[in-house]
Amino acid sequence: MRRSFIGENPSVLWFLLALSLFTLGVTVLSEVTGVALISTSFVKTLGKTLCLCLIAVAMDVVWGYCGILSLGHFAFFGLGGYAIGMWLMYARTEAIVLESLAGQPLPPTPQEVSDAIGNQIFGVVGSSEFPLIWAFADNLYLQLLMVVLIPGLLALVFGWLAFRSRVTGVYLSILTQAMTLALSLYLFQNDSGLRGNNGLSGLQNIPGYEDTSQAVISIVFFWASAFALGAGYLFFAWVVSGKMGSVIKGIRDNEARVRFLGYHVESYKLFVFTITAVVSAIAGALYYPQAGIINPGEIAPIASIYLAVWVAIGGRGRLYGAVIGAAFVSLLSSWFTGGGAPPLNLGFYTIQWTDWWLVLLGLSFVAVTLFFPKGIGGLFDYLVRKPE
Amino acid sequence: MLRLLLLAVAFCLTLPGISHAQSLQDLLQTHSEEVLKPGRRSVGVVLDDLVASGLPQVVPFLEAWRDREVVQRGSDGLFFRVEGDTLYDLDSGEAVGPAESAGLTDSRPNGGVRRAIGDALVQFQLSDPDIMKRQAAVDAIARSMDVSQLAPLENSIEGERDAALKATKERLARMLTALFAETVDDRIAAIEGLAGDLSVDVRAVLNTVLSTSTGVAPALPEDANIARLLEPGQDLSEADAYAQLVAADLAPPLVSASQIREALVANIADGAVAGFPVHQLGSDDSRRAAYQVLAKAGQVPPLVTQAEQAAALDSHVFFEAYDEPSAAITDAARATLDKIETQVALSQFADLALDGLSLASIYFLAAIGLAITFGVMGVINMAHGEFIMMGAYTGFVVQLFVPDYTLSILIALPLAFAVTFGAGVAMERLVIRHLYHRPLETLLATFGISIALQQLAKNIFGTQARPLTSPDWLDGALVFNDVIAISYIRIAIFVMALIFLALIVYVLKRTRLGLEVRAVTQNPGMAASMGINPDRINMLTFGLGSGIAGIAGVAIGLYAKVTSEMGADYIVQSFMTVVVGGVGNVWGTLAGASLIGFLQKGIEWLNPSNTLAAQTYMILFIILFIQFRPKGIVALKGRAAAD
Amino acid sequence: MSTLLEVSGVSVSFDGFRAINNLSIQFAEAELRAIIGPNGAGKTTFMDIVTGKTKPDEGRVTWGERNVSLLGMSESQIANEGIGRKFQKPTVFEDQTVRQNLAMALKNPRGPFAVLTHKKTKRNAERIEATADQIGLLDSLMRVAGNLSHGQKQWLEIGMLLAQEPRLLLVDEPAAGMTSEEREKTTDILREAAQTRAVVVVEHDMEFVRRLDCKVTVLHEGSVLAEGSLDHVTANQRVIDVYLGRGHA
Repeated sequence: MRRSFIGENPSVLWFLLALSLFTLGVTVLSEVTGVALISTSFVKTLGKTLCLCLIAVAMDVVWGYCGILSLGHFAFFGLGGYAIGMWLMYARTEAIVLESLAGQPLPPTPQEVSDAIGNQIFGVVGSSEFPLIWAFADNLYLQLLMVVLIPGLLALVFGWLAFRSRVTGVYLSILTQAMTLALSLYLFQNDSGLRGNNGLSGLQNIPGYEDTSQAVISIVFFWASAFALGAGYLFFAWVVSGKMGSVIKGIRDNEARVRFLGYHVESYKLFVFTITAVVSAIAGALYYPQAGIINPGEIAPIASIYLAVWVAIGGRGRLYGAVIGAAFVSLLSSWFTGGGAPPLNLGFYTIQWTDWWLVLLGLSFVAVTLFFPKGIGGLFDYLVRKPE
Repeated sequence: MLRLLLLAVAFCLTLPGISHAQSLQDLLQTHSEEVLKPGRRSVGVVLDDLVASGLPQVVPFLEAWRDREVVQRGSDGLFFRVEGDTLYDLDSGEAVGPAESAGLTDSRPNGGVRRAIGDALVQFQLSDPDIMKRQAAVDAIARSMDVSQLAPLENSIEGERDAALKATKERLARMLTALFAETVDDRIAAIEGLAGDLSVDVRAVLNTVLSTSTGVAPALPEDANIARLLEPGQDLSEADAYAQLVAADLAPPLVSASQIREALVANIADGAVAGFPVHQLGSDDSRRAAYQVLAKAGQVPPLVTQAEQAAALDSHVFFEAYDEPSAAITDAARATLDKIETQVALSQFADLALDGLSLASIYFLAAIGLAITFGVMGVINMAHGEFIMMGAYTGFVVQLFVPDYTLSILIALPLAFAVTFGAGVAMERLVIRHLYHRPLETLLATFGISIALQQLAKNIFGTQARPLTSPDWLDGALVFNDVIAISYIRIAIFVMALIFLALIVYVLKRTRLGLEVRAVTQNPGMAASMGINPDRINMLTFGLGSGIAGIAGVAIGLYAKVTSEMGADYIVQSFMTVVVGGVGNVWGTLAGASLIGFLQKGIEWLNPSNTLAAQTYMILFIILFIQFRPKGIVALKGRAAAD
Repeated sequence: MSTLLEVSGVSVSFDGFRAINNLSIQFAEAELRAIIGPNGAGKTTFMDIVTGKTKPDEGRVTWGERNVSLLGMSESQIANEGIGRKFQKPTVFEDQTVRQNLAMALKNPRGPFAVLTHKKTKRNAERIEATADQIGLLDSLMRVAGNLSHGQKQWLEIGMLLAQEPRLLLVDEPAAGMTSEEREKTTDILREAAQTRAVVVVEHDMEFVRRLDCKVTVLHEGSVLAEGSLDHVTANQRVIDVYLGRGHA
């Protein structure tokens, strides 16, 4: 079975091979081996990019294959980040608090420890009480479960409500955008229990590995991100290549026809929506320890729209297109906005790319939609012409 | 002192023109010491005498004294007013010579004394010929109401010539009477006279009459004017109730966790406390146990057990008592306040409705263009918000060249329409035309245009907010009463929304263009075969929708700041309006805008401190609303809707 | 012959327009039936009601031996009960191959998890090939459906219906846009299918209906105007009025 799947989809093998080579190459050139041609911060950037590629793959499945233009998958990404961030922040604060309480004449009571941690974490929003949602924050395994459960449940409930009432097309996009906006507005409040607009910070410090250098930690997360991307890619490639793929592509092209064939379209949409939400959350849980900080601004609707932009530029309906789009646009974007691009002198006016990059991105996005609906991935069709 | 003062004032007011043997200087000399170094207590005597004298020079002297312009000449002990470098006689007011700092001693009244002088002055100012001064005196009394002001105020009402100020004085006198009159009947009458007045200060007066303080006693005191009884556990928490007992010395204080900890730390001996090794004291239970051993030995105060706390609470009554002893007065005040608050609530509701209406008209203006294009062409224009922004910036640019605000707005409105109409037509021709039947891609392409336009505006106009100033005649607000008020700008926007509603309905129902638009909306294929050019209709509709967005931008810019991100602030609400209202129908958009506008105001009213939460709940409501009306409030039915 | 589907007293209106007016109609277990009628007679709406796309305002739709009501069911439940529908425009999945199209339609468990873990079996392959043979597309199994000719797409869609193994087939204008040879083949396919199940054909084209040689029901203004053999109904004066001169009825 497995062999036939790979046999039918050679691109999956190529992709995994390229990903492995890339991972090895970056590792060899990183500071860990002493070669240090790639700085630790750039390793982190690459690791984060891999996470973005993973959520782009999920987005491609839900949009490119199933036709649901979700403007909410970055919300799931953020929720995954928050879920892991809660443990990271709790465990690290606990270690600091225990250390500072160790010098006291009496050993601290559990209540005193919890109060001190609460004070440390929620002092910025004028509180020291632990909200209910932090109930599992002291337990890594439960909190890892939350990474999957919370976004999964949200996607399940939202999807069930939306699909049940046959909201489709642009309506659905707007509804998902509204969901994202509601979530980010909620998180912006100080009494949301997640530190309002301060967000969660210090996530790059992994509790229990305080003495390990960031160079090593960055490579570990880079590998984890690469593994997650490989596994996610393989999983989704398997999902879309079989009969499941036929059905969801059918739903994309003609929902009513699939329904009259006897398929319960809503269940399929819900399945795809939820499973991609969970994968997005996993990508987020790997991304934010590398970014070090998460705040509600990350969840704003615009982020999810950019996600759609990446997938569209990379090429919808092909998983490697999503990967290429996410990697290409996000790296290019950080190069331009980070001041890496040299200013362009037109004689009468000098273009500073930090100011003009978004204009360029917006217009090139229009151009891609108009002239290259298949995106960058479409170029492969010209290179590898399949015999028809 | 009070009596004297009242008499004095009555004296001066009823018998003007009486001749006085004494001069002001003589009077001051009798109080020389107090005038030079006045104290908060001693100044009263001086002021009483001054006021009693009824001399016309008293008022300018008091003002000078208050402003620290009075000096004493060392050589003869006479007082003068000094202004700049010149000394003035206090009686005649004439200059008497240059002021040399040598030989002059300043009278330096401190803050308390100056306030006392000011109070004494108020009585004169109430009858001052200058209306500004009278007004200022009334304002001063209203700011800090005091029993001493009642009589002078009442006395000044009769002679007040300005009708408006007279009414203000009468109202203020009524409030002072309600608070300070001597007889219960007078106060009740005054309190009842306050009914129907919704202003905040009247409510504050009544609340002062009704002010309460909590009390605790073994039994309910007979003489107190009890407002209500408090039941621990229901009306106040048991912890708070016990804290009150402790504060009233009716129960022993509780020992807190930190006190236990400190007591234990203070009693550590040889690595143990009362026989408990220190390393075992890492839990609340073991700490209490150790503490109790210490308490038994009498080294620390004992813990108060739960049972003891409960017994202490049971054996006492907790109550709120009015500070005002007369029940008749508090009852009258309560009844009047209830009446006023009912009226205030009704007025607030009306005010909220007005707010909701104005928000609804803004959403309507912002969304109607979107609704038209979505209805006719089935495309969502993500750049619609940026067209709003373009309209607002057009207004800003016009104001740079046309300084007259009325004229500039009159120019800006059609110009904004023209600019965004052009932008809309260009976008339709260049982009959207090529993406028909791919609605999701239109959404994304227009999003690309949206981020490009937004950044472009940022590059041209900068990130700071630009003002769009409304004409003078739109400043201010239409005030119905103390609670209901609506600014003229909002009324103007409401009127503008009405005009556009009428205009759009007219265009759609009464013109050839409208007929063709409706035909294309309902059945594009059929319309095309009837000789209607759908391309032309689409282009015109898109231009029309975008043009209205531009006008909405000018309207929004008038009351909010113009920034490159202002479109993004309205776009989601506009989408909601269209989705909730139902696509392709002006009335649907109107219904959607009303629902969202009123809902948002309603939720904000329920939770005024937290507008973020209000928006969150509103979006959740909309998501749920879509469950029940997936096609919006005004839904198209039949085969057209199913496709 | 026992009744497979019974529609009785059904009415539905859109914005005041009565598309279906007190319609009653019955179909037997294995029969071929043609429904004809002028534009707006309610033919498509009738199919919408039976397949669950439109909910009627009143009336009953009962199905099968146990007389289950179809009215509370969703489209997919009705499809799984054994009612297949072919749309007026050929609607096949143009991005996918003929084999994939047929595989999707093949009668198999329809739940997401069953589909996710679906394995290709020899039996299924044989069923696909048999159906493809029936509709004359055996040689085109690996072709992308979008590249088929108009007629082939129509046949593919009929094939997809057959692969569903329905007990009732609703076919909307199968012959539209076909050449006369293609029509002939379509007639054959439908007549063969009607041996084992009920096939209801909605058609405009009298010539095609004549070729089907079956019982005919004439709809007009949302209710049954006449029923019987084609010769019988075409002799009916009211039918002639409706078809030739509107307004007499």
